[in-house]
Amino acid sequence: MAAVRTSTERALNRLAIVCVLIVTLIFLAPIYWIASTAFKPRELATSVPPTVLFEPEITPFVKLFVRRSQLREPVAPEVYDEAPWWEKLVYDDGERLVRSGRTGEVQLSGYPDRFLNSLIVATISTILAVGMGTFTAYGFSRFKVKGESDLLFFILSTRMLPPIVVAIPMFLMYRAVGLNDTHAGLIILYTAFNLSFSVWLMKGFIDEIPREYEEAALVDGYTRMQAFFKIVLPEAATGIAATAVFCFITAWNEYAFALILTNREAQTAPPFIPSQVGSGLPDWTVIAAGTFLFLLPVAIFTFLLRNHLLRGMSFGAIRK
Amino acid sequence: MAHIQLRNITKKFGEHTALRGLDLEIADGEFFVLLGQTGAGKTTTLRLIAGLEKPTEGQIFIDGVDVGDWGAAERDVALVLQQYSLYPRYTVRENLEFPLKPKLRRVEPAEIKERVARAARTLRIEHLLDRKTDRLSGGEMQRVSIGRAIVRKPRVFLMDEPLSALDAKLREALRTELKNLQMTLGATFLFVTHDQIEAMSMGDKIGVLDRGRLVQTGTPQEIYNNPRNTFVARSVGSPPMNLVEGRLVGGRAVVAPGNFELPLNGQVASAAEGRPLIFGIRPEDIFVEPGAPIAAMIHDVENHGVEKILTLVAGEATLRATVPARMNVAVDETVSFAWNPEKVLLFDSASGLSLRHAG
Repeated sequence: MAAVRTSTERALNRLAIVCVLIVTLIFLAPIYWIASTAFKPRELATSVPPTVLFEPEITPFVKLFVRRSQLREPVAPEVYDEAPWWEKLVYDDGERLVRSGRTGEVQLSGYPDRFLNSLIVATISTILAVGMGTFTAYGFSRFKVKGESDLLFFILSTRMLPPIVVAIPMFLMYRAVGLNDTHAGLIILYTAFNLSFSVWLMKGFIDEIPREYEEAALVDGYTRMQAFFKIVLPEAATGIAATAVFCFITAWNEYAFALILTNREAQTAPPFIPSQVGSGLPDWTVIAAGTFLFLLPVAIFTFLLRNHLLRGMSFGAIRK
Repeated sequence: MAHIQLRNITKKFGEHTALRGLDLEIADGEFFVLLGQTGAGKTTTLRLIAGLEKPTEGQIFIDGVDVGDWGAAERDVALVLQQYSLYPRYTVRENLEFPLKPKLRRVEPAEIKERVARAARTLRIEHLLDRKTDRLSGGEMQRVSIGRAIVRKPRVFLMDEPLSALDAKLREALRTELKNLQMTLGATFLFVTHDQIEAMSMGDKIGVLDRGRLVQTGTPQEIYNNPRNTFVARSVGSPPMNLVEGRLVGGRAVVAPGNFELPLNGQVASAAEGRPLIFGIRPEDIFVEPGAPIAAMIHDVENHGVEKILTLVAGEATLRATVPARMNVAVDETVSFAWNPEKVLLFDSASGLSLRHAG
């Protein structure tokens, strides 16, 4: 970069910064909307015009985690006084906790289980897709494979139609083999979705790693496998991180198949969150709280891998 | 240390033939240089010996044993490349230890330590041992990668243009160092390069490759003084040998475009009389002096300090001549020259083969 800058360059630079800021604001607006709604009192969630300044509450999060029902009549003052702080918050909103008949224990809502399901399904399918994708890509990159380009095209072609097209056949097949509403079912499906993407992306990254490194290791007396794990894998870390983020996001956010193929045991969070609209009046603050928590794992995952990602995004430009 | 033999090696990559019927023998403890242009098949030869490629045809022997079915690890050779020869992320020490760590080699930790220390001392890289490889200069990197080869005491050292990515001064220094190292170790070296100076200055023997064929093998002197064909004549020497077309008339060379005539020595086969030929003469065997028989114009003067290289134009022929630097010459000046009739080589103009080799 030139040390001396003309005034035109400086102006252009500022213009670019302004553009970036505007775009960032546009992208962040929905996230701000979700996050702020998650902390709003119920009556402000749908106010027109929207409330920007308000006193944040934690009530939506409490309500998100417990099973509750509408209060038919106001709660007795002595019961209210005895209740812990979080139960008071629920009473304040005109609702009460549902307790199990015999023990009187507080019942949890379905959210924590669904959240856990999402974590299990997304994590395992990401590991499988990236793992298999890396091995496959290595094979394509380093060995002469007969019909290599045809095979690669075939692998990519699995992404050439909207996945929802196969939803009904998938549903029937899954019902026939008993994969409906199981973790394994979703994991297989998401792995299959992501595999083609992962193979292609990883092939690009592995092609960039000079094969001289492994060959040196081979000559030094290591086996192909040892060379792969000792030399190629550490070098491919950037690519693996980038691929993993993309695969994780896809699996984490998938809605349609999760809605069709699961209902109780293996249901993930995306189909569950909007299903809460149905009880009583729509409680947008609870939905927003569920969505907000749902955003966090991806945000954290991406944040942890951000250094790898920035380099990984410039596909192929790993090394000068 | 080992003796290497390639017998009738052909290597094809799909349609492309990289090597054709290559026969090569490298004696134990020899510094053998394979000289050739890019794409001549030098690197392929190296990779075949290392076991990174399999020949389409032919056999490879190391110490008399056919190693065709052996993997790279079992052949026990060391490879030094032009670049990417060090493992990134590792320190210099880790790089040097790496070849000693595979299970196959079974080297004791104490021994590893000692061998690394010895290699570092030999190559004067002790102060770099704990540095990461991306913080080394080009010359240091190549030293380390040579170190990585010598820690293992391999049977053969294979070097693929290890010096060509370095700047001229460093290249010169490492050239001497490598040659000394080879003599100290008494090891068999196969050194691949496109640089004829490297070949001439380091090789005990040189093999000249041209588009997958081995054209000539011999000592640097043989290659320089008695090239097998015009390709070899052009490949070695700087500036290269002058090659001018002409005919042999009554034992004298008649150079076609300029129609000048010069004497030849009696070596000439009479069968060549009248045939179209190419005359080869090294620039140092052309004498520029007053009273010499042929007049030429100086087209260009390159001053190299100890000598000057003149480009002479006589008729339509262009010749290069080396003269002492103290000689006063200027561009466009007319001078006269002769050649050393003992040193003129005759090549068949159709095949390019030297008549000495053919007959």
